[in-house]
Amino acid sequence: MSITLTVNETDYQTDAAPDTPLLWVLRDELGLTGTKFGCGIAACGACTVHVDGQAVRSCQVRLGDLWGPVTTIEGLGGQTPLQAAWERHQVAQCGYCQSGQIMQAADLLSNNPAPTDEDIDAAMGGNLCRCGTYTAIRAAIHDAAKMGGAQ
Amino acid sequence: MSRLGTITRRTLLVGAVAVVGGAAFGIYQVRKPVENPLAPDQGATLNPYVIIDQSGITIIAPRAEMGQGVHTTLAALVAEELDVDFAGIRVEHGPPSAAYYNGALMHGALPVADYAMKAWQHTVVGGLAAVSKLLGLQVTGGSTSTVDAYEKMRYAGAGAREALKAVAADRLGVDRSALRTEDGFVIAPDDTRIAYADLAEDAAARPVPDVDLRPQSDWKLLGRALPRSDMRAKITGQAQYATDIQLPGMKFATVRICPHLGGGMAGFDPAPALAMPGVEQVFDMGNGVAVVARNTWAAMEGAKAVDVTWTDSPLPADMDGMFAAIEAAFDAEPNSTLRDDGDVSALPDGAISAEYRVPFLAHSTMEPQGATAWLQDGHLTIWAGNQAPRLCVQKAAETSGLNEDAITLHTTFMGGGFGRRAETDAVAQVARIAAAMPGTPIRLTWSREEDMRHDFYRPAAMARMQGAVTGGRISHFNAAIAAPSVTHAAMTRIMGRAPGGSDKGHVEGAFDQPYAIPNYRVAGHLAELDVPIGFWRSVGASFNGFFHESFIDELAHAAGADPLAFRLAHVAPESAVAAGVLTRVREMSGWDTALPEGRARGVAMTWSFGTPTAVVIELARDGDRIRMDRAFMACDPGLALDPGIIRAQMESGLIYGLSAAVLGEITFTDGRADQANFPDYDALRMVNVPRIEVAILQDNPHMGGVGEPGTPPSMPALANALFALTGTRARSLPLRTMADFGVS
Repeated sequence: MSITLTVNETDYQTDAAPDTPLLWVLRDELGLTGTKFGCGIAACGACTVHVDGQAVRSCQVRLGDLWGPVTTIEGLGGQTPLQAAWERHQVAQCGYCQSGQIMQAADLLSNNPAPTDEDIDAAMGGNLCRCGTYTAIRAAIHDAAKMGGAQ
Repeated sequence: MSRLGTITRRTLLVGAVAVVGGAAFGIYQVRKPVENPLAPDQGATLNPYVIIDQSGITIIAPRAEMGQGVHTTLAALVAEELDVDFAGIRVEHGPPSAAYYNGALMHGALPVADYAMKAWQHTVVGGLAAVSKLLGLQVTGGSTSTVDAYEKMRYAGAGAREALKAVAADRLGVDRSALRTEDGFVIAPDDTRIAYADLAEDAAARPVPDVDLRPQSDWKLLGRALPRSDMRAKITGQAQYATDIQLPGMKFATVRICPHLGGGMAGFDPAPALAMPGVEQVFDMGNGVAVVARNTWAAMEGAKAVDVTWTDSPLPADMDGMFAAIEAAFDAEPNSTLRDDGDVSALPDGAISAEYRVPFLAHSTMEPQGATAWLQDGHLTIWAGNQAPRLCVQKAAETSGLNEDAITLHTTFMGGGFGRRAETDAVAQVARIAAAMPGTPIRLTWSREEDMRHDFYRPAAMARMQGAVTGGRISHFNAAIAAPSVTHAAMTRIMGRAPGGSDKGHVEGAFDQPYAIPNYRVAGHLAELDVPIGFWRSVGASFNGFFHESFIDELAHAAGADPLAFRLAHVAPESAVAAGVLTRVREMSGWDTALPEGRARGVAMTWSFGTPTAVVIELARDGDRIRMDRAFMACDPGLALDPGIIRAQMESGLIYGLSAAVLGEITFTDGRADQANFPDYDALRMVNVPRIEVAILQDNPHMGGVGEPGTPPSMPALANALFALTGTRARSLPLRTMADFGVS
């Protein structure tokens, strides 16, 4: 049985089992490896993508339950104010969690174009970074908000 | 596509060779590595650090990019001399080769405190680089990468530049000294511009001119915060980690190894796994199983379904048993007394004593362990994020049954290292699986649970401290430190045996601290306990910094003295450099200004990996909770090659240490780690992290590391602040059992 899903405005068909988490469909079945695996239980945020415009942990979304189009880090295109701010603040160290951080931050700014520190801390609390780039992330989100938000 | 695609080991050692239509330079004139160490003055072996082809400049970094920014700084060393557009260069990991030995690894080899080394001792450790070269130690660790590369990579750039100019001089019929270089071009007096790419192949074929390095006053790149070469790829999802490699017809694997450490497998039934959709193969890995499937999730579900009978762990059944084994080491003769000044045996009246203990810790890299491998026509290609490429090849040869010559290793970006990727376990596993499935590429990804339960942990450790204050100053300081030895464990894995002699790593961060104390002893006791342990960011200093600086705080309290002024009084006579970082955090934190009720500060300073680093933490009561409000750090790594990256590493080391101090604890029941995923073993989140200020001093006459020195003082600074706030002395970690930091 084949399932159709839309990722980054492209339609894909896959015969992966419907209970396969979206994370692994993206990474292994479609070859979109920008989305990362960290824990498999929605405890680290590394796998964050957008479904129908909202940030979700893709390790918790079953392929068969998908309710809308998917956007991954590859789909942002690289030129968003958020990514530009990430570059200005030289945020990434090992970089592994940053796809998830950026997708979560994009969701925040689309709902709240001028977040406070407290708003940012609350929205980003589920995204772990073992390199400790939090200070730079917070600064980059404020900067991106000033420059025009998520898009 | 990698510029290194067709470099073989042979061509690397030959030196300057044409590579993928371009030319590899090495240009730094070194004595021939490995093959002929006893006839060192014959010929010049060229180290390949630079590849120039029509598509641009590629700089080969001999060290692993784990997030610490080493690709950027090492490339800047070459680019500073080579005159290329820094934003346009590519940086790639070097292949496994003895040519890429880390000459600075041996800096820690002398049994002497770094701060107290005399000039002649620095000369001796410089000479010890030959040992590293002889052993071909291509290792990233010990915060040594920039120290090692500082001269040789600038020579690589300068030599390449002059070789290119020499070819241009011949072509133009002018003297080489009349030419200049800029942005990848040689420029003649009449402004004729020749691209490096048009000169590269000829330049690689000729002897390297003698070169002098540019003076620091001429530097354009070094000393500035540069844009990281890996940043763009990492914020667009394009950076490739070992678990991102994609190959045609690839299958996906995971492993499930006996969770009872040291135990094995009595038998297994693969049938339940093989009945699951997507599962294709189950392999016997000796002490566990590997499952290969159409995707990683199917492999992980399959691995859970295999019916396995494990055998027991030989380890003590619980933590009481483990700490009893550590405590027993105090009863044996010490392995080392690398600090033994005066006489600590006769303590005066009023002496104090305390016992400290810290738990096992996991590395918990964001990217779980993994690697990719492909056996084609008898040749195995491996992609792995690793800190020791030659060791990986050796272990892969053992498990695949292939000769090392039949293995190519590509080092990828690493989703965190912190010492974990100095180990070769995942590489050995993927080589074994790929060898069993010729022609099929295999991408191995561990589950988080497997990663947390099969770490090479930071060991649990204990310290027994005694000390006395006489006339307001420390007269006696006697420390005994007991833990299983990381050095012995790691060297047994690598070399098959433990080295003899004093284990310096075991007592680093305690015996080598710059305090003027007349009766001062630090003894290292090695415990017999076979929990797998390894290098965890800052290694011995990760526990010794806590022991030493907590007890200094206890002595300051006993003296009724201000903890920072008390430290300075002891440190200033011993090291002006160390006194400098303490003085700076005193100023930054407003230490001498009283805080309102409900706030308190703590301080600590540790000299590790060549860099003294002082930390002040300011805590604030927030209802029933305690908030880490602010942190102030001052470090002195000597010459600061990239202040942006140094600042990032200091913050990173601090947060890594604070995460461990507040939350980190691995415990074992029947040899099985009780923690399996982030809810059991978490780290600080954005909301918990203090506002951090970092000052970088450059008064240290010897360059130090920056990746690790932020970690050791972070933990005692926090514990000392907690004492100042609550009056309760923390003699064990983690602190979440003592106070509510709002972390769970």
